[in-house]
Amino acid sequence: MSGVPSVTSSVPVRTNPVLDLLSWFGELGIFIWRVLRAAVTPPFEFGEFVRQLDEIGAKSLPLIAAAGSAIGVVLALEARNSLVRFGAKSLLPATVVFSVVTEMGPILTGLIVSGRVGAGIGAELAAMKVTEQIDAIEASSVDPYKLLAATRISACIVALPLLTLAASFCGVFMGWVAATLIEPISLVRFINTGFKGARFSDFLPPTFKTCVYGMIIGTVACFQGMRAKGGAQGVGSAATTSVVLSSLFVILADVILVKVILLLFP
Amino acid sequence: MQASQDTKPANVNSAESGEPAIDIQDVTKSFGPQLVLDGVSFKVHRGETLAVLGRSGTGKSVLLRIIIGLQVPDSGAALVLGKNMAEASAIDISTVRTQMGFLFQHAALYDSLTVEENVAFPLLHHRPNMSASERSDHVAQLLHEVGLDGHSNKMPADISGGMQKRVGLARALALAPVILLLDEPTAGLDPISSGEIDDLVLKLQEQHQLASIVVTHDMMSAKTIATRIALMNKGKVVIEGSFDDLKKSDEPFVSQFLQRDF
Repeated sequence: MSGVPSVTSSVPVRTNPVLDLLSWFGELGIFIWRVLRAAVTPPFEFGEFVRQLDEIGAKSLPLIAAAGSAIGVVLALEARNSLVRFGAKSLLPATVVFSVVTEMGPILTGLIVSGRVGAGIGAELAAMKVTEQIDAIEASSVDPYKLLAATRISACIVALPLLTLAASFCGVFMGWVAATLIEPISLVRFINTGFKGARFSDFLPPTFKTCVYGMIIGTVACFQGMRAKGGAQGVGSAATTSVVLSSLFVILADVILVKVILLLFP
Repeated sequence: MQASQDTKPANVNSAESGEPAIDIQDVTKSFGPQLVLDGVSFKVHRGETLAVLGRSGTGKSVLLRIIIGLQVPDSGAALVLGKNMAEASAIDISTVRTQMGFLFQHAALYDSLTVEENVAFPLLHHRPNMSASERSDHVAQLLHEVGLDGHSNKMPADISGGMQKRVGLARALALAPVILLLDEPTAGLDPISSGEIDDLVLKLQEQHQLASIVVTHDMMSAKTIATRIALMNKGKVVIEGSFDDLKKSDEPFVSQFLQRDF
């Protein structure tokens, strides 16, 4: 900057991080209240909800399937080595099934959707905000919280468990493929051994906890997008913070939900 | 729209009843320490076009946003079709907004929708009983009115700035509003496109007898389309009247403004 202080640099901007944090949570609370109110008030935006379900769910499927498959393969190879050392090779199917379905599938899906969908929603809504498209929706007497936020958050809540099922299926299947390439085992036997002694309560809560991940990802991304300011920098910042914050909150929620599930379904 | 059916409709016959369609009463608005609007007052009846001129940053666009309820004044009132937009219920605001058309400065077209879908957007949400063919015909008629026949399937990014403004204007007129707010309709356009937009606004004004407010920097455009001109400086209306009234004014700021343009 050629050593000449600019007008803005000569006036230090004082911010209080604690107040900023409290303000962020306050604004988030108001945003959630508006979205909830909009979501339960007719008319409902079914068309937009289905479009978002396709955008968030169907279009994330290839990436989720690939990631789930990779996790299944890696888990089968790594776990096999360890189990062989301890003479517990027969536990390989159960190790793969339980690891993938109870934790790896859900958290992997949550983090991948945070990246792909969180960034997408954050950037899209931020671009709409800075180009006054959201104002234009409001000026047309259409509630942007209903049309843009409620539909996206609902779609995330519905899509996440479905994507998790896909990730878990691919993980278990490719785990079997990896295991059988080293030492042939039939798929039926792999599945029977893997699910032996398993209860529905072992698999349903971990799968459905991803509804909470979906709610977090959708809410944070919509909130960050709809409060964006400035031009291209504001859009970029909204996309980045959407991914960072939604990933962080998904990880925190995972820690809490694992404990809650273990307490409720011992 | 459900809301508009459930509530008493706002007074749309303001010209007949003598009430102004828009009544701005001593409105002030600040952003932090910056006072943007300082006691602004004026009235606009149906059939009138008020052009609001002034230097950049004098709060002209903020004034339009207050009128449509996107921002709330610090004090004073913006009465639109008899409703105070700062205090009205959400249902009343929604009802009033369906009777207002707003052309944003950069058109603010929905970039994921085609030209036709952009114009159809208000109809989809507020005319649920309109069939797809009726909607399509209505959109085609609006696009014809703004001179955009044959462009309905294009995306906003694929048309020029002037055409985007026309699409924005067609969208603003979709619900047959009684009030039209135009935020710099000719900004960034070449003189020929600006002239075409001015002619279009005049034609629409004659056809629909709207109460219009046009925010602009373009004195020539204001002279062409406005019945009255309000010149703003430092958040205040310095003078309000016809173009001839402005020419007769001995206010230095008014003379300065006119000399720059003429």
